[in-house]
Amino acid sequence: MKSLKFAAGLAFVATSVAAETPVLNVLTYDSFVSEWGPGPAIETGFEAECSCDLRFIPAGDGAALLARVQLEGARTDADVVLGLDTNLTAAARETGLFAPHGQAPELDLPVAFEDANFVPYDWGWFAFVHNRTLDAPKNFRDLAGSDLKIVIQDPRSSTPGLGLLMWVKAAYGDEAAQVWKDLADNIVTVTPGWSEAYGMFLEGEADMVLSYTTSPAYHLISEQDDSKTAAVFDEGNYMQVEVMGKLAASDQPELADRFMAYMLSDAAQAVLPTTNWMYPAHVPAEGLPKGFETLVQPTKSLLLGADEAEALRAPALEEWRAALAR
Amino acid sequence: MLSFENVTIQQDDFSLVANWQAGPGQRIAVIGPSGAGKSTLLNALAGFIPLASGHIRWEGQPLDELTPGRRPLSILFQDQNLFPHLTVAQNLGLGLDPSLRRVDSAAVDRALERVGLGGLGNRRPAALSGGQQSRAALARALLRARPMLLLDEPFAALGPALKAEMLALVEELAGPALVLMVTHDPEDAQRFSSHTILVADGVAAPPASTEALFANPPPALARYLGT
Amino acid sequence: MARRAGALIAAGLAALTLGPVAVVLAQAGRGGVGTADLAALRFTVTQAALSALASTACAVPLARALARRRFAGRRLMITALGAPFLLPVIVAVLGLLAVFGRAGLVNGGLRLLGLAPVSIFGLGGVVLAHIFLNMPLATRMLLQGWQAIPAERLRLAASLDFRPTDFWRHIEAPMLRDVLPGVLLAVFAICLTSFAVVLIVGGGPAATTVELAIYQAIRFEFDLPRAATLALMQVGTCGLAVALASFFTTPGGFGAGLDRQADLPAPGGWRQLIDFGAIGLAATFLALPIGAVVLRGVPGLASLPAGVWPGLLTSLLVALCTAPLAVSAALVLALARAHGARWLEPVAMLPMAGSQLVLGTGLFLLVFPFVAPPDMAVPVTILVTAVMALPFAYRILLPEARVLVADYGTLAESLGLCGWAALRLLILPRLRRPLGFALGLTAALAVGDLGVVALFAAEHGATLPLVISRLMAAYRMEAAAAASLLLVIAAFGVFWICDRWGRAGAEL
Repeated sequence: MKSLKFAAGLAFVATSVAAETPVLNVLTYDSFVSEWGPGPAIETGFEAECSCDLRFIPAGDGAALLARVQLEGARTDADVVLGLDTNLTAAARETGLFAPHGQAPELDLPVAFEDANFVPYDWGWFAFVHNRTLDAPKNFRDLAGSDLKIVIQDPRSSTPGLGLLMWVKAAYGDEAAQVWKDLADNIVTVTPGWSEAYGMFLEGEADMVLSYTTSPAYHLISEQDDSKTAAVFDEGNYMQVEVMGKLAASDQPELADRFMAYMLSDAAQAVLPTTNWMYPAHVPAEGLPKGFETLVQPTKSLLLGADEAEALRAPALEEWRAALAR
Repeated sequence: MLSFENVTIQQDDFSLVANWQAGPGQRIAVIGPSGAGKSTLLNALAGFIPLASGHIRWEGQPLDELTPGRRPLSILFQDQNLFPHLTVAQNLGLGLDPSLRRVDSAAVDRALERVGLGGLGNRRPAALSGGQQSRAALARALLRARPMLLLDEPFAALGPALKAEMLALVEELAGPALVLMVTHDPEDAQRFSSHTILVADGVAAPPASTEALFANPPPALARYLGT
Repeated sequence: MARRAGALIAAGLAALTLGPVAVVLAQAGRGGVGTADLAALRFTVTQAALSALASTACAVPLARALARRRFAGRRLMITALGAPFLLPVIVAVLGLLAVFGRAGLVNGGLRLLGLAPVSIFGLGGVVLAHIFLNMPLATRMLLQGWQAIPAERLRLAASLDFRPTDFWRHIEAPMLRDVLPGVLLAVFAICLTSFAVVLIVGGGPAATTVELAIYQAIRFEFDLPRAATLALMQVGTCGLAVALASFFTTPGGFGAGLDRQADLPAPGGWRQLIDFGAIGLAATFLALPIGAVVLRGVPGLASLPAGVWPGLLTSLLVALCTAPLAVSAALVLALARAHGARWLEPVAMLPMAGSQLVLGTGLFLLVFPFVAPPDMAVPVTILVTAVMALPFAYRILLPEARVLVADYGTLAESLGLCGWAALRLLILPRLRRPLGFALGLTAALAVGDLGVVALFAAEHGATLPLVISRLMAAYRMEAAAAASLLLVIAAFGVFWICDRWGRAGAEL
């Protein structure tokens, strides 16, 4: 009888301790959370130093993330949103749900980056990935003039697709519509997401696929296969900068700040290149993983400001649709 | 001339043998206890059940290779003799030409008149009474004009008066055709048929004079009649 | 009794499918649809109509051949017809591309012959992909129609010396007029909401469907009322199709049979050639892409990542709960419809045309104020998958439920056979075959469905389709192919078990 009471008491103590452990909810895209993504390592690392419970809430792919934030609104349980890109941050700021991050991160991005609400944690250059044997075009006009076949993603349902839209717009401005028209016969198809496109490329359905300059690193490091490379375009390669932001309604604002700081620490940054297959926003002291030095480096980086990207999105989309709707 | 030559019909553990002949124009009742194989005999003749051994011939020609529709006979089943989604006239027309393309509608009308269904050709079978449905099926057999008519208790569901009426109609319409009629009613046999085949104990006996058979019933028939 | 239960379930179904749309519609936003949306609607309807017509047109000769021919491997083929429908979209598309794509078998053959390659991408490709995915389902549904022809009719036809053309005219054509509209409708509704296939194979924004416009409205514009309006457009189109189908359906009225065994007439000569030609062509057309899926998957099977197994378990658990739920609800609806509740028809078909994304979003908005969505992942998945699978089960059960009620309804009533006794003694034995098929199909759909789960996904406890999409997102295409093969095996396994139960004792 006595021992039973004792056990009950112990259980009570245990639960009350658990209840006092602060919980940090991070809303992110699904592939971040998966066992092949950065999630598990980040969770272990941060929990070891925060004496808190870090919980990731997966919300589909990157494009679904913003919609999820808006759906949940101010009632959200999430403290941090991780995984928006700069083409969506203006719309995200517009919601008024995000708080200023108040950090002064040390960034190693090829362009200057300033945003009161969002902090980058990794980035990459969009590029057309192809087999090393292919004589790749040097720019969009070359590509349009060739009979190479490419697979791209739909800007209406995927962030790389939207990135490509901004890339052409940033490089060609008012001529973008014509570039798309010229590209029309090179585009095998437009897929809803990145995975379908990349899968089709690997199956030989296209000569090139819209992905990242860092994509060949996966094949090299994980599969010891150096047959893939990416094309550097002389009008510049558009960047995808993935950012995180703190929600104003967070009940753990300090923990959120600590998490965002942790994401920029060497420990977390070292995880990203070989899980997210992107460049870390801040190169850790030990440098990039072996293999990354073989990747092509675009000479010119393109990136539209968040507001500019937001303003251009609808007209650019319409241009794209009109040019490709045969 | 219809002849069963050392015929054996085998279905699982049931078997029936038959070895006899019957002449054209005869009216023959097929009688016997339930489950003895009366319907099986008719279905084998009609081609729905293959023979285990022996042959069935009509006018010397073997029927074994012929599909049911090609055999020189018409058969009326216990039920479901008409297609419910076709009109009565169409159902009759099937007897002349299954594609209903070359149907002599005057002939159909005449046949309907003869069975007392004049003017009902446009109805669906569901709009007819049980007796009328039997008449329609009989009218189709009339149109087909095959030398044998097999009746697998098509009138079993009709009342005594109606059944007598139908049997009289069959007698009138069948003319020179050989009629084989399954029945479980001794009175039907006595009223309708000059000859009777007794099916019992795995044997379909040769047709015997109905009168003589009932006057001096063999043990199997006596058991069935309860005398 | 049956009608009251049917009304109750129909009300629940309507609430579950339309409630979330209403919630989404009530959110703040601009709403309204533009010319691009109307173009999308036009394209959606065109491709769905073409796909439905083509799929059924191919299914009729195949079903007929399968119904009247006997050959080694026939049972296997009939069972395998369930497979394409169960493939996750991207897996099916990659399988098709392995045959018809740029680097596929067909173009390989053309190159060998020195001919120009053909491109699968475009409207033709969309229809081809939809034939691959839906023709087998249509075939199974039609096959049931052939098998439901009572032996008494076959006997009568034989006694009247029906030639094959007569048999077609008096027996098969009326049967098809009864069954075909429902099959067309089912395929049309599936293709109406098909989104990824159309986009991937469609080749570009010309192939924009309403469902994609909904994606855009929710994800980038966050214009929820617009998304709901688009979803209602989709539902309206399907409603119209339901009305059309029921207008063209004329009950075959073959009447009751006594379960006598009879084979369909199997004419010889060129007809036999055509039949076996149809069977051979269909088998090749279906087997090659599936073979490609298997070949792609096999190399990775030995080194499947550990995360795949819990995913498989979760998916099987979902299937185990979903299938009985969907099928029992569908059975009640089908029986109530057979008892004359005509208005049930559109309600039972509603979920087929519903937008998964809008449904998920609406449910999310409903649930979110009360519980954390990830905590609801499994129940919501089960509920939504059951709702989505219900129309299929309903379609499968309805024809035979109608026959059952027409033939034995009065007998059962006269015996006072109702409730559990009726279920046990009449309905289960009489409807066992379609019930088994429906159970198998819904269970398999549940194993393979990703659907709305994304919005409710939790960090742990991912379903197998979600694990596959995570593998693909992490570049692990080989592992994803192997996991897809596992998924196909699992989906097909549950389908086979249920279908076999249904067919036990029934000659196919």
